[in-house]
Amino acid sequence: MTHSLAEMHQNQVARITGLARGREFQSKMRSLGIREGKNVRLLSRHPFQGPLVIEIDGRATTIGRGMAHNIIVEYL
Amino acid sequence: MKQIVLMGNPNVGKSVVFSRLTGADVISSNYPGSTVDYTRGRMCRGGTVEEIIDAPGTYSLTPTNKAEEVAAKMLEEADLIVNVIDATNLERNLFLTLELIESGKPMVIALNMWDDAMKRGITIDYEQLQKTLGVQVVPTTALSGEGIHCLVESFEHARADRRSPTTEEDKWVTIGAITKEIQQIIRRHPTLADRIASASIRPMTGVPVAIGVLFLAFWVVRLIGESLIAYVFEPLFELYRPLAMAISDWLGPGFLQELLIGQLFDGQIDYVQSMGLLTTGLFVPIGMVLPYIVAFYLTLAILEDSGYMPRLATLTDTFFHRLGMHGHGIIPLFLGLGCNVPGALAVRCMETRKQRFISATLLAIAVPCMAQIAMIFAILGPYGMKYILLVVGTLIIVYIVAGLLLNRFVKGESPEICLEIPPYRMPHARTVLKKTWMRVRGFLGEAIPYLFLGILIVNILYLVGFLQWLGMLLAPITTGLFGLPQDATTALLMGFLRKDLAVGMLLPLGMTAIQLVIAVTVLTIYFPCVATFAVLIRELGLRDMAKSAALMIATALIVGTSLNLILN
Repeated sequence: MTHSLAEMHQNQVARITGLARGREFQSKMRSLGIREGKNVRLLSRHPFQGPLVIEIDGRATTIGRGMAHNIIVEYL
Repeated sequence: MKQIVLMGNPNVGKSVVFSRLTGADVISSNYPGSTVDYTRGRMCRGGTVEEIIDAPGTYSLTPTNKAEEVAAKMLEEADLIVNVIDATNLERNLFLTLELIESGKPMVIALNMWDDAMKRGITIDYEQLQKTLGVQVVPTTALSGEGIHCLVESFEHARADRRSPTTEEDKWVTIGAITKEIQQIIRRHPTLADRIASASIRPMTGVPVAIGVLFLAFWVVRLIGESLIAYVFEPLFELYRPLAMAISDWLGPGFLQELLIGQLFDGQIDYVQSMGLLTTGLFVPIGMVLPYIVAFYLTLAILEDSGYMPRLATLTDTFFHRLGMHGHGIIPLFLGLGCNVPGALAVRCMETRKQRFISATLLAIAVPCMAQIAMIFAILGPYGMKYILLVVGTLIIVYIVAGLLLNRFVKGESPEICLEIPPYRMPHARTVLKKTWMRVRGFLGEAIPYLFLGILIVNILYLVGFLQWLGMLLAPITTGLFGLPQDATTALLMGFLRKDLAVGMLLPLGMTAIQLVIAVTVLTIYFPCVATFAVLIRELGLRDMAKSAALMIATALIVGTSLNLILN
């Protein structure tokens, strides 16, 4: 079952399986460590369509909600 | 001269390495994007002088914002690249490394934050990494200076390893293979500190923490500022008073006394109102403003180096997004509260023209600098806290309303936030003190010459009657719309030169507390000081700056008139 990162709930862990949207977006995400095959944990989600804080390889990153919708994950 | 350029991802410690190599002082902080422009410095190696350039951090050579553009441009100038890598975050950092290697320039790698990596249970076989990449790799801990000597020695062996360009996908495959081979991570269980750290970034717990932190920061600034004034600066100026009086007596009445000492009140110098170069010209910047500048920058340095700023940016992101920016907008705002000039430079960390325009315009309209804030506290404080809150409240409302409107009407995109959150670090006392000193020194170098110039100009223009004429000309606005005495015009105009001086000039006019509130609010809004204005022209371009200036003046007219109607 695939989901978007935006659907995850706090503290859940999933594996990134794909990045949607254009190449520029993909490059940017990858350079921040958000890549296919990586395990991601959702640290927090902020209300009113606010950003999400995710953790990959022990490092936290804040990303916007719209970006999270374009990151495809597989629940573990 | 050989050019050595430091390149690397944001927040890997390039500026710290730069300081170590050159002995020159640059500002470094624990958040991505604290360097937005390049700095040049010099280093002596084996009898020859070489130039070291500290470039802003970038994730790749395809820039996504202005600061990264600067970095990509600096690469072209380089004779030697020092790629600074965060050893605790090797995998992400290697992408830029591979790109840099492909550029075909001689290069060495500083594997920085080496001590941190060891503490976190990360082991890297750097000799193997060196073999695989074909360039020198030196482990460093720039904060303590470890490994810097070896790094400099490695410059000798720097090699260019020309490789045929590979695609992005290929690079990530290579990186995967490299890290698998040379890096071992022993994951530890989350400690109590980790739990507290993650609490500060969750909305339910993070917002109360943020309010607490900001309140504490404000309280500390006031405490330090007031103590410095009461126990250090006021006693100092009392010691100086007899000397100033002696100079005054020695000069005797005349133009020179007017200029140097200024007006006497009951035969005595009044440091705030006399308006002489050696009285008010020294007292305003040193006796009234400096203590708060010291207090503010000390507190800011602790906040910056702890790594709290990116958390604050995350928590405030939703708010700033409504105003057309994103959470990173907190950085220009905070820096701007110290001085609008670094604030205006910090708008470079925003991706689009729209975001930069809004961020810069709001900064110039509604963010008073610490020099001005200190003076506002000094002149409104005696009337009671509620008048200060009235000014602060008005400016906050103006910031929000103007932001909402600009977001609606300025064309362009407002991309979402995308920000790495660095680990918390204990701020180093030495680094914090050094950074505070650098900024305070910057203030003294800027403020005193401008203040002297300001006082000189006021005195001369008064003498020739120009200010009286201008006051008459603008009286319909000052008196008619804002309900201020005609003489307040001079002070308002002087705000273009120095806002702290301008606030001081309002004092002798004998205005009511409400009039003072209106005057200082308008003074904040109507235009930035000349130093900020110059930076804004450079950052926004003439056209956008003209638009921004029109907005400032319009806002000042609207807010000044409204305050006059509501409060009187």
